[in-house]
Amino acid sequence: MSVGILSLIILALAVAGFFLGRSRALQSVQGDPRKLHSLPVYYGQTVFLFTAVPALLLMAAWLVVQPLVIDARIVGQLGPEVAADPSAATLAMEDVQRIASGLDALQAAAGLSNDEMRKMRADLSDIRGRMADVGVALGAEVNPKIFEMAKDFRDMQRGGALMMTLAVLLAAVAGFVWSVLRIKADFRARNVSETFVRWVLIVSAGVAILTTVGIVMSLATETIRFFSIYPASEFFFGLTWNPQFRGGSDLGLIPLLWGTMYITLVSMIVAVPIGIFAAIYTAEYATPRVRSVVKPLIEVIAGIPTVVFGLFALVTVGPFLRDYFAQPLGLGNSGSSVMTAGLVIGILNIPFISSLADDIINAVPQSMRDGSYGLGATKSETIRKVVLPAALPGIVGAILLAASRAIGETMIVTMGAGASAKLDLNPFEAMTTITVKIVGQLTGDLTFDSPETLVAFALGSTLFVITLALNIFALWIVRKYREQYE
Amino acid sequence: MYDTPNSTEASVSQTHIKIAARGVQVHYGEKHALKDVDVDILDKTVTAFIGPSGCGKSTFLRCLNRMNDTVSVARVSGEILLDGEDIYDKRVDPVQLRAKVGMVFQKPNPFPKSIYDNVAYGPRIHGLTKSKAELDEIVETSLKKAALWNEVKDRLQETGTGLSGGQQQRLCIARAVATAPEVLLMDEPCSALDPIATAQVEELIDELRSTFSVVIVTHSMQQAARVSQKTAFFHLGNLVEYDATQTIFTNPKDPRTESYITGRIG
Ligand SMILES: Nc1ncnc2c1ncn2[C@@H]1O[C@H](COP(=O)(O)OP(=O)(O)O)[C@@H](O)[C@H]1O
Ligand SMILES: [Mg+2]
Repeated sequence: MSVGILSLIILALAVAGFFLGRSRALQSVQGDPRKLHSLPVYYGQTVFLFTAVPALLLMAAWLVVQPLVIDARIVGQLGPEVAADPSAATLAMEDVQRIASGLDALQAAAGLSNDEMRKMRADLSDIRGRMADVGVALGAEVNPKIFEMAKDFRDMQRGGALMMTLAVLLAAVAGFVWSVLRIKADFRARNVSETFVRWVLIVSAGVAILTTVGIVMSLATETIRFFSIYPASEFFFGLTWNPQFRGGSDLGLIPLLWGTMYITLVSMIVAVPIGIFAAIYTAEYATPRVRSVVKPLIEVIAGIPTVVFGLFALVTVGPFLRDYFAQPLGLGNSGSSVMTAGLVIGILNIPFISSLADDIINAVPQSMRDGSYGLGATKSETIRKVVLPAALPGIVGAILLAASRAIGETMIVTMGAGASAKLDLNPFEAMTTITVKIVGQLTGDLTFDSPETLVAFALGSTLFVITLALNIFALWIVRKYREQYE
Repeated sequence: MYDTPNSTEASVSQTHIKIAARGVQVHYGEKHALKDVDVDILDKTVTAFIGPSGCGKSTFLRCLNRMNDTVSVARVSGEILLDGEDIYDKRVDPVQLRAKVGMVFQKPNPFPKSIYDNVAYGPRIHGLTKSKAELDEIVETSLKKAALWNEVKDRLQETGTGLSGGQQQRLCIARAVATAPEVLLMDEPCSALDPIATAQVEELIDELRSTFSVVIVTHSMQQAARVSQKTAFFHLGNLVEYDATQTIFTNPKDPRTESYITGRIG
């Protein structure tokens, strides 16, 4: 039975449980809901939750664990020397899976029973040819041992799926019966469903946190591996970035960090004043009608994919800056430059800053403005001396968030600033950033055992730490600002 | 509908008319919030506006310094003269007017700046002082007038939002006083305060009378009776009765006023 159908059955059971629970609660008091501890729906809700949630959780857990168990058993059959070598085990596992899915296709196409499938033999039944007929191409003749394992694999999967269906249905029915039976007039259904919902929420939050932890852990492990084969001091203080895939590379962070910071700086010089002025206009000067048009129009920019901005940088901004600024000023003739990428990232960040700053300016209480007007201040005096100072911490927070977006931007840099790691002051020179090099080091056919590929994780960790610090700082400032009006 | 100052109130009858309002009407969009109000507000006098919620007290108060200009749907007609000059005349700059007619709001609204900067705000934007010493002087006298000096003199650089509610409101009064207004408008200045802070502010209002004309909107009839010399009673956008406070509370002429002060409407 497929997972979708199984889920539907459980949900149907839970919905039925809802109505049954509700009517059972009403029955227990001869239809007088005032005698119940809780509203009738809460009794239905407890049955619904106890039927559906544990069963669905069990199913989710099963779906995660079953492949792990089966893989371990198959790898165990390969013998100790293969099992000890992770890459050989992975290769063998891939073979097994490919043949197993070929067998699935073969069974579906030929309408064979499970027993007939079981009887097939690699050396007799021309498996390779028959699989090619159903669209599964195998590179070599099928190894009989692997073929047997593929058949075992299929059996285990089928057995596992059957067991899962049974276990999940059992859990649902058990939850159903137990929660229906305990319904009585004085059963505190409201409190029970409250507690249950709280646990569901806690578990969801836990999943989100665990994911983050997982990401950090995997990043950290690979970073540590990198530093065990490449000296940290050369990474952090090296002034050249020159990876060689044959080995002997210079993997210095400084040129990339410089490019990142330079491009971010240019983008902030563009985005901060324009974004804040736009926010002041929409929040303070625009009439409600104008505001309802202008604000969404500015925010449309935020919905454009960054790769489109990249194209804009590549074909419009880059050549324009080169022809009208870089060449006349004698600052080089590169279409890709820090200026191009910075300018375009700045444009990308304008709506981000203006929309956040607009919200923050709007959150400054009207009573502040009234107080200022009441003392005879003009509108611009009020904005400059009362509204903006009150909003400043929040605006700084918005700016820092925008900066961390600029630091993490990849697409626009690749297309606007190029990919050459350089330490240069000339803003019309092509440079590159950390993110671009992360992508660069991970393109192609890779094994994660050389410093040239592993450096991507070290770069990723560096970026992560920088943006995390910026974000924490920004959130801290924003929170501090909130407290002012408590 | 107003009465000339009662000749038995000697202290009141000698002062001259500071603000004269004639036929003031206010519309908020379709809503006719204030209907044909005539009032003379005297100099160096505390005038109280009383009446049930929504009767237009705040609306009228905000006409007196053109704060209604900041409300886009509000339309004001009629004539309001400050020392004989029409404040709704095109040549009058509302910003200048508000420096002369200061305002204290219902909820204390100190700026998120230091106590000193709060009080110095008005003098700074109007360029009232030539030197830092002069500004210090104004800040000190204003805080003293607002009976706050002793509590804050050692922490003038701390933020004004960190004060207690009553202190914040007195800071707002000091801030208004520092701009050297001629009239001080107060819209329910005590409604967010506890009884002790209220008593302090009331005492303060009585002292301010020596320098300004004070107009106070209040929900509390006891407060009106305690602090004011003249009282105006509003009801459903009309000015029902305007007279010496004593008269309003002991011998009202209009039955609506009587019902209100005896607690039958409101
Ligand atoms: N900004 C506004 N927009 C629309 N109607 C308003 C506005 N301010 C006040 N009003 C209306 O005008 C009437 C008088 O209000 P207000 O002067 O605040 O009353 P009071 O201060 O006496 O309680 C009320 O009915 C109120 O709903
Ligand atoms: Mg009011």
